[in-house]
Amino acid sequence: MFRNQYDTDVTTWSPAGRLHQVEYAMEAVKQGSAAIGLRSKTYVVLATVNKASSELSAHQKKLFKIDNHIGIAMAGLTADGRVLSRYMRSECINHHFVFESPLPVGRLVVQVADKAQVCTQRSWKRPYGVGLLVAGLDEAGPHLYYNCPSGNYAEYHAFAIGSRSQAAKTYLERKFETFMECTKEELIRHALFAVKESLQEEELSSGNCGVAVVGIDEPFVVLDPKTLQAYIEALDSGKDEMQTMEETGTDDRQSSQVPQEGTGSRGISVGANEDTPTDMET
Amino acid sequence: MGSVVRCDRYPYVTGSSVLGIKYKDGILLASDTAGCYGSTVRYKSVERLKRIGDNTILGASGEISDFQAITNLLDELITEDWMWDDGNKLGPFEIHNYLNRVMYNRRNKFDPLWNSLVLGGIKKGKKYLGMVSMIGVHFQDNHVATGFGNHLARPIFRDEWKEDMTLEEGVKLLEKCLLVLFYRDRSAINKFQMANVTEGGITITEPFALKVNWELEAFRNPTKGAEGSW
Repeated sequence: MFRNQYDTDVTTWSPAGRLHQVEYAMEAVKQGSAAIGLRSKTYVVLATVNKASSELSAHQKKLFKIDNHIGIAMAGLTADGRVLSRYMRSECINHHFVFESPLPVGRLVVQVADKAQVCTQRSWKRPYGVGLLVAGLDEAGPHLYYNCPSGNYAEYHAFAIGSRSQAAKTYLERKFETFMECTKEELIRHALFAVKESLQEEELSSGNCGVAVVGIDEPFVVLDPKTLQAYIEALDSGKDEMQTMEETGTDDRQSSQVPQEGTGSRGISVGANEDTPTDMET
Repeated sequence: MGSVVRCDRYPYVTGSSVLGIKYKDGILLASDTAGCYGSTVRYKSVERLKRIGDNTILGASGEISDFQAITNLLDELITEDWMWDDGNKLGPFEIHNYLNRVMYNRRNKFDPLWNSLVLGGIKKGKKYLGMVSMIGVHFQDNHVATGFGNHLARPIFRDEWKEDMTLEEGVKLLEKCLLVLFYRDRSAINKFQMANVTEGGITITEPFALKVNWELEAFRNPTKGAEGSW
């Protein structure tokens, strides 16, 4: 992505039919630390890579509860993300006040997308620099959506955004067909493995990642560090999984300065079926 | 837009009672089709039961024009809900709450919609029957009635309503109460409608009449217990 004469403001089209400012906003999402989402028939799990700006500071909050049945993970300008959270919470509360029932997540996602689109068509505004993974429930069951700064949104079985998300995406692409039937614990394990991919050399611990879960009859909750650490420690017991990852190669662990097409290992997953019983209780 | 403070208005064309009961497969609502202009029974074909979406029915007593405004509002709401086309649908309980917000809001502005609303519906096997008044009082129950129905029909409901009645039993119970209302409520006429909502859908009957008997003992010598009254 290089500078050109059509990228000064968001209301200028390039001759190639692009809005460069919007694309630059999406670049901001790619630079943020990773966020991952995946879902089964009954649960949606969100996971984030938490970066602390210095050793002295606490890390940024990237998982937000919007309502009992909806939560988000963000990547990019978390300040923009906070503002959108406030809007989403407000919409949920208003809906509940009028109808005394939860706002279907799909409808909220469209409202956020429409709000983001406005910023792509006003000369005195700038696009939001944050990508949102929205996990929530409606009458049909659990859903995972991605809201883009461009005002686009799409539903996903599993998705990853942010820096080094390609590694996580590759893992998810290999495994996503098994997600629908996963239990809550299996889903969280998959999420943590995906985060591990994005972390590369760093050791996974409750200090550098966050996990949140929402399910049918289970309100959205961000796992506390103790529970999270227990899940992380239990990952080692799933040794089959680790071996599979090493066998199928790790060639896509590059920094995502320039976005790349996924060239990762898309094999059929061998071995590792996630029915290794754990004694995890939540 | 001026700040005209509208104090309590007076209703002009009014409908009388609406009755509602839960039965085994769903909800039954009943009302007559009279629109009274003060003490004159001026309009005799006023439909006071309306379908809302495909799982809810609404009955209203009170000012007919306000009822029409409410049905317009609800039609807009249902249409917008339908246009989402996302597998989610507003159920009877959501509409009840929405109506409650509308009625209470108007009451706070001292410009009420002069209606007592009965709302019934069924969604995913869960039956719902409730009432919203013109000042925003709202509740749910197994049997409800508005206006005179509260005094004449609900005592009968309390004695004779039971859980899981069949459609025939429900209809019979309502017809009994409608008859009592016709005998004793001067703003009722012998022309009724009944609305039925089940998981299978909504039916609203064509207007029908009931067999009346003015030869009953209670109607002979009506002032026997109270000299001087009529």
